[in-house]
Amino acid sequence: MTVEFDTSSPKFAEYAEPGRLVTGEWLEARLGQPGLVVVESDEDVLLYETGHIPGAVKVDWHTELNDPVVRDYVDGKGFAELLSSKGISRDDTVVIYGDKNNWWAAYALWVFSLFGHEDVRLLDGGRDKWIAEGRPITTEPTVRERTEYPVVERDDSLLRAYKDDVLAHLGNPLIDVRSPEEYNGSRTSAPAYPEEGALRAGHIPTAKSVPWARAVAEDGGFKPRAELDAIYRDEAGLSDGEPIIAYCRIGERSSHTWFVLKHLLGFENVRNYDGSWTEWGSAVRVPIVTGDDPGEVPGRS
Amino acid sequence: MIERMTETTLPASLAEIRDEFLELPESERLQLLLEFSNELPAVPSRYDGHQELFEQVLECQSPVFIAIEVDDDDRVAMFATAPREAPTTRGFASILVQGLSGLTVDEALAVPDDFPESIGLRRAVSPLRLSGMTGMLARAKRQIRAKRHSS
Repeated sequence: MTVEFDTSSPKFAEYAEPGRLVTGEWLEARLGQPGLVVVESDEDVLLYETGHIPGAVKVDWHTELNDPVVRDYVDGKGFAELLSSKGISRDDTVVIYGDKNNWWAAYALWVFSLFGHEDVRLLDGGRDKWIAEGRPITTEPTVRERTEYPVVERDDSLLRAYKDDVLAHLGNPLIDVRSPEEYNGSRTSAPAYPEEGALRAGHIPTAKSVPWARAVAEDGGFKPRAELDAIYRDEAGLSDGEPIIAYCRIGERSSHTWFVLKHLLGFENVRNYDGSWTEWGSAVRVPIVTGDDPGEVPGRS
Repeated sequence: MIERMTETTLPASLAEIRDEFLELPESERLQLLLEFSNELPAVPSRYDGHQELFEQVLECQSPVFIAIEVDDDDRVAMFATAPREAPTTRGFASILVQGLSGLTVDEALAVPDDFPESIGLRRAVSPLRLSGMTGMLARAKRQIRAKRHSS
């Protein structure tokens, strides 16, 4: 059973898929409704425990969505077990929210999408906006009855790009959503983040720099459609019909941009390269460009 | 016979904290970390307006700052600030503040650099996040070494 879309927001109505977002007001009025499961997904693994939306369950990107051994996501069996243990059914409406302007919420939404969970939405503005609006938060543990989520194998072909896909893609639009310092090669990780995980700095040749936060409005929610079009279509030059790949450092900030391109602006073929800079910047003999210019596709012999 | 401190001796304060974690089933360790997070002692008022006395722990994903004092008797005091929205980092800071404060310089420097790996949080928190605590410990020990009086 799924829950009706939030049609209350004129801002959402402009997006390609208005149903992918909900407002705090809409969500608060529906808490506890059958068929609706609220999921919190944060960078900080303990933040949920300090207080969460009443009835929300926690899904941690690192300890639950990632495979503990291989650098990959859980498989169909692992995902089915995870969602069953959280009390989520295959046809439930899942609304995800989190810290850092929904970075990890968007990441979780993208992983849910790899498994074809159909109705998965974001709370616009995430955790901070919910709290800023004075909406309820509780430390009461959420108890949901276990479900039997079916085992569905992950389909990486449409939404996820591997390193070799990116190499083959060179010449088509690439969006680098990291900070300008990471893009031009003066750092390998975001300012205020640890320098870790990549041996070389710079960007993938021809990638345009559009830091993820440019999609965020002052209130923490997504910018209106017209402003997003101005950034991604007019400025970055993306056009319908082209295949697009977004990347960052480990694939979480680019999930945020992936969500914008795919669901808010309606680009059909958008993939997230989750290997991102921690893979590309350490891989042997892949082309890298430093400086503020996108650079050229290297000649192929 | 004089008992000699070796490079791998864990002081009682930190051993106790480690045991507290290890005695719990893995699923409950996060809750204990949250308790530590809530117990992070306030920084003394003499630090008010003196951000320059703090060192940022760049290994952590959230803005956490530490300060180390070593008194005339070579006893260590550690202080830290971390935002409420970063409870994991606050918890790490609280463990080290409570575990290192009151130790002698020699005792503090003898704390194994991989202490964070020993408290049973690898799976509950993830190795990536734990590395923030390792960085915090390394920076604290570096400051202690620099500020000690005896040689």
